[in-house]
Amino acid sequence: MSGSTSGQGNPLRYHSRIRQSGTERQPETHPLTWRLRDDGEVVWLGEYLDKDGYQSVRRALAESDPQGIITVVKDANVRGRGGAGFSAGVKWSLTLQGGDMPRGYLICNADEMEPGTFKDRLLMEQQPHLLIEGMILGARANNARQGYIFLRGEYVEAARVLNRAIDEAREAGWLGPDIDGSGFDFNIAVHTGAGRYICGEETALINALEGKRANPRAKPPFPGQSGAWGRPTVVNNVETLCNIPAVILHGADWYQNLSGNRTGDGGTKLYGVSGPVAEPGLWELPMGVTGAELLDRAGGLQQGRRLKTWLPGGTSTGFLLPEHLELPLDFDSIANVGSRLGTGLMMAVPEDRGMVSLMRNLEEFFARESCGWCTPCRDGLPWVVKLLRDLEKGQGQAGDIELLDKLAADCGPGLTFCALAPGAAMPLETALRHFRQEFEQGIGKVSGDTRGVPDRVAADAPANNR
Amino acid sequence: MMATTPHTTELIGSDRFELHPDDEAAILREKEHYEQPQAACIEALKIVQRRHGWVPDGAIMAVGRLLGLGFAAVDGVATFYSLIFRQPVGRHVILVCDSSSCFLTGYETLKQALVEKLGVDYGATTADGRFTLLPVCCLGACDGAPALMIDGETFGPVTPEDLSDLLEGYE
Ligand SMILES: Cc1cc2nc3c(=O)[nH]c(=O)nc-3n(C[C@H](O)[C@H](O)[C@H](O)COP(=O)(O)O)c2cc1C
Ligand code: SF4
Ligand code: FES
Repeated sequence: MSGSTSGQGNPLRYHSRIRQSGTERQPETHPLTWRLRDDGEVVWLGEYLDKDGYQSVRRALAESDPQGIITVVKDANVRGRGGAGFSAGVKWSLTLQGGDMPRGYLICNADEMEPGTFKDRLLMEQQPHLLIEGMILGARANNARQGYIFLRGEYVEAARVLNRAIDEAREAGWLGPDIDGSGFDFNIAVHTGAGRYICGEETALINALEGKRANPRAKPPFPGQSGAWGRPTVVNNVETLCNIPAVILHGADWYQNLSGNRTGDGGTKLYGVSGPVAEPGLWELPMGVTGAELLDRAGGLQQGRRLKTWLPGGTSTGFLLPEHLELPLDFDSIANVGSRLGTGLMMAVPEDRGMVSLMRNLEEFFARESCGWCTPCRDGLPWVVKLLRDLEKGQGQAGDIELLDKLAADCGPGLTFCALAPGAAMPLETALRHFRQEFEQGIGKVSGDTRGVPDRVAADAPANNR
Repeated sequence: MMATTPHTTELIGSDRFELHPDDEAAILREKEHYEQPQAACIEALKIVQRRHGWVPDGAIMAVGRLLGLGFAAVDGVATFYSLIFRQPVGRHVILVCDSSSCFLTGYETLKQALVEKLGVDYGATTADGRFTLLPVCCLGACDGAPALMIDGETFGPVTPEDLSDLLEGYE
């Protein structure tokens, strides 16, 4: 995207920012954000080095072999921040390396397109070297020769910052041949995408990187066995990789203790809140703070509004109720009540908003972004949209809600090629469970409804979502 | 990826197209980052689009020739991704976020105001060729919702009242 300059200096221009001041963000407690500047400017190499930058790389390349790095990351139990919460250390221990196995790739997933998610861009736009540092450690652990940052096309500013930071790191010898005199070599290139949520799915991402249509690949083989161009490939989220330097520098126990005794998961999390709240934004908080604490940070809902329901981490997670605000926002506690922590950025829905139209908006997203590979997703989601539009207008028919139940079930885990469809199903199922009445109210308000065609499957089949 | 030049409509339906030498060099440089030339395909299309505002048929062939790919392979990629335009667009492209955080904070009113102001709906270009209006997924600016993007720059939160001043700067 070539930036025009027409919007420069415009007060409406969006700037990513952390809502905590520098005094709150200390190195011992805020490993992800303590280096960020209060003025929101980029922390370039000089300042980064003054703030302990690249010390973890220096130490790991001098003292540890790949196995040593993997062990610490595994012991720290760094769980993937891209949404699934899979242990980074376990993933890395499954990457094929050694013997005559060729060196492979480390890919940073910076596609960030899940509605409600705006965390990775802050880390990339204002503190690019922490990500580069994490990628060098990941590359060393996985014996990767080349790294790619797979960045969504709309993140123009992040691309500019990352490219300049990569140049800085290369000139200073933190990237390239013989990093810090260790004999280890590694490079990073930024690959910018061209739109489509499915590119964030790790095997679709590999196809996109190779210059193909971004349909997911069948697993196995897993990317760690055979990924980009058939070589061992590790895909990790931006925030996951940004956690690694502090883990290497301060150790697994320190990382575990960051969350106190709130949860079994260690570390901190870049949490956020969006929706009609007083102060939407981002905060780095101990893993496992409660939803109530987070919502408090955002000043609660806008004046005069009350919370009806909320999504804990993006639109592919399940709706929770106000009573669930008392739970720790960690992977297991949220999974236990039928949702997922996802990306950990809460979306707050006020009481005055109807669930049918919200679900319609949400499923329009999934229907549009389906890659079209499997039937329940490609044909089922547009059908869901059609039914929701009818219900929204009060033109639903008896049986529509059961049909929604079924279409959601058909998109459940294991029935489709990738997790996009289950991600579309979970909010729908939970909305139908918690707010069924609202959906029922959309049925049959219109008199003289002539749509009672017996074979409605045939009548409705080619539902187009746009 | 946005149009910064007047849209080159004379390229519609024509196979005649020559890559600008600078663009060809940029594509060849991009190729060096990857094990296979095909990987430079998306960036090549974006490079073409930066110059012409969109990607005509002739450019699909030219990129294919440069990277050793058939028409179908390149066009398959070009049509998959939403930010590659296979039709001419206006001098400026407005992408309106229609995802959930923006929905909850009133993007529909904003979009309606835009439609009234521009006189065109999604997928269309104003008669003077100034603006094309398109929807986009979550721009990752949900703490500044409702958000929109013009020529690669993100704005938000934007209210209908802001639109006149905001659009004024785009000729
Ligand atoms: C449809 C879909 C979109 C996804 N988008 C992203 C994304 O934008 N960023 C991300 O890190 N992970 C995304 N994921 C998850 C990735 O497939 C993968 O699990 C993740 O990048 C692994 O990194 P982690 O273990 O560090 O979290 C997506 C998954 C699906 C199914
Ligand atoms: S579930 Fe949907 S997005 Fe995923 S592979 Fe199937 S059709 Fe594509
Ligand atoms: S939902 Fe519009 S910017 Fe995220």
